[in-house]
Amino acid sequence: MADTMELRDIEVWDGNMAASQALRQVQVDVVAAYPITPSTPIVENYANFEANGYVDGEFVMVESEHAAMSGCIGAAAAGGRVATATSSQGFALMVETLYSASGMRLPIILNVVNRALGAPLNVNGDHSDMYLGRDSGWIQLNAYNPQHAYDLNFIAFKVAEDHDVRLPAMVHQDGFMTSHTAQGVHTMTDEQGFNFVGEFQPMNDMLDLDHPVTHGVQTEEDWHFEHKARQQHALMTVAIPKIEEAFDAFEKLTGRRYNLVETHQMDDAEMAVICMGTSVETAMEVVNELRAQGIKAGVVGIRVFRPWPLEQLAEVLKNVKAIGALDRSSPHGTVGMLFNEIAGTLFNTDAKPVLTNYIYGLGGRDLTKAHLVSIFGDLKANMDAGKPTTPLQQYIGLRGPKLSFF
Amino acid sequence: MEKAGWDGFEIGAMLRTFEGAIQNIATTLPEDRAYSQSSSFTASVADWRIEKPLFNKDYCIDCQFCWIYCPDMSIIARDKKMVGIDFDHCKGCGICVEVCPTNPKSLLMFAEQQDEDIALEQWPKKEKKEKETEVEED
Repeated sequence: MADTMELRDIEVWDGNMAASQALRQVQVDVVAAYPITPSTPIVENYANFEANGYVDGEFVMVESEHAAMSGCIGAAAAGGRVATATSSQGFALMVETLYSASGMRLPIILNVVNRALGAPLNVNGDHSDMYLGRDSGWIQLNAYNPQHAYDLNFIAFKVAEDHDVRLPAMVHQDGFMTSHTAQGVHTMTDEQGFNFVGEFQPMNDMLDLDHPVTHGVQTEEDWHFEHKARQQHALMTVAIPKIEEAFDAFEKLTGRRYNLVETHQMDDAEMAVICMGTSVETAMEVVNELRAQGIKAGVVGIRVFRPWPLEQLAEVLKNVKAIGALDRSSPHGTVGMLFNEIAGTLFNTDAKPVLTNYIYGLGGRDLTKAHLVSIFGDLKANMDAGKPTTPLQQYIGLRGPKLSFF
Repeated sequence: MEKAGWDGFEIGAMLRTFEGAIQNIATTLPEDRAYSQSSSFTASVADWRIEKPLFNKDYCIDCQFCWIYCPDMSIIARDKKMVGIDFDHCKGCGICVEVCPTNPKSLLMFAEQQDEDIALEQWPKKEKKEKETEVEED
């Protein structure tokens, strides 16, 4: 039996500590990890808790991130509550096994501390690794600050382990901006945190010796399509309502409200920026200042990135006249992911806002309030003209001649 | 058998070996186990084979080498006696023939279409070694 840790109601934690405390409170059975900056402290702290008797679990040291996720897959198939953390190049090395985890329907929780992908090598935050995971079949939840990183881990376990869902989930936070920035985090007691998720309920576990199972089987053209369709069905039709249920239960327990799509000043907004991670909070501050000048600006933050909340987003954006989609990842050869997703979300609706795309913040470059003010200036011009007054894709915060495409 | 649609099977890349729960499986003979339709025991892979081993019990000394070395558990043995070959799963690799120590061998490879009775009638005789001819006992 693990020792209880007495927490203050508000602890000063960075995003990494917040995530590792959540892993401790839900009593993760196995963490197989190969630490990488800036996610290292998550698994380091778990190992510390485990060594000091605050969690009944196993820390498995492995030789790569590929092996880390492989170890998690084995432990999850065996029938344990399993989690790990990674970033950037380590996430890239995990990609092959991410598809195995989701296809095998194993509810592993992966904390991804978002970091740029080299070359050039870079340890700072952008969303390249998060975008890389978007077709992998995992649920992807997005934190904007350490409080979210803590809370969303509980949500992730509750949803992923539900027998109607049984899909792995990632909790994303921005490298350094969230992971290494200490803020006040409202805590749950160990008992509250554990009880929110509950005892792990195994399903088709290999340690059920009376019902032997083979995990990770091969299928060819005769079965593969049906398996992938079934996985997509769970992600598209079961995961979203279960996430909403978990958000409701979490609000009841803590008073903290999460939504598939987070909005700020969107009720009467004529123009909006859409972004993820720490940028959402910067944009909220800018919108507050613009509102003081009488400008009807708003912010939309994507909380659940996969499955994509298409209907909820279409509802939020139905009256907006100009939208800036802010992508913190180089799309390498096309428009940004958020531009494409939002275009797809709105294309068959009556809303026909002017939609433009901004690439920003690569490799940890700051997105300043001045940048956001200039973006809203563009959006205002687009709204007034009823068509784009700028190229569709612009680079923000980049040195050198202005760069834009389309 | 009609194959199930996308909503007609258990989730995950997962298959069950047996129908229902098992008990004392280690002491239950394979033919008495409730293997599931998805178990490889249920599926015949006989058509993978182009040559087959045939067994001549007249020469077998029940050393169990073939049983130990068979990579597909296709040697059927009961009470430490060689009984025969599981032709649903044997792939014709020939390892059992290779490791058979008797003279002549108690297992030999034949073309898949070879008639067993004729093969047994024409089974090779004991090969006499030169040394043995020099020191004949009778």
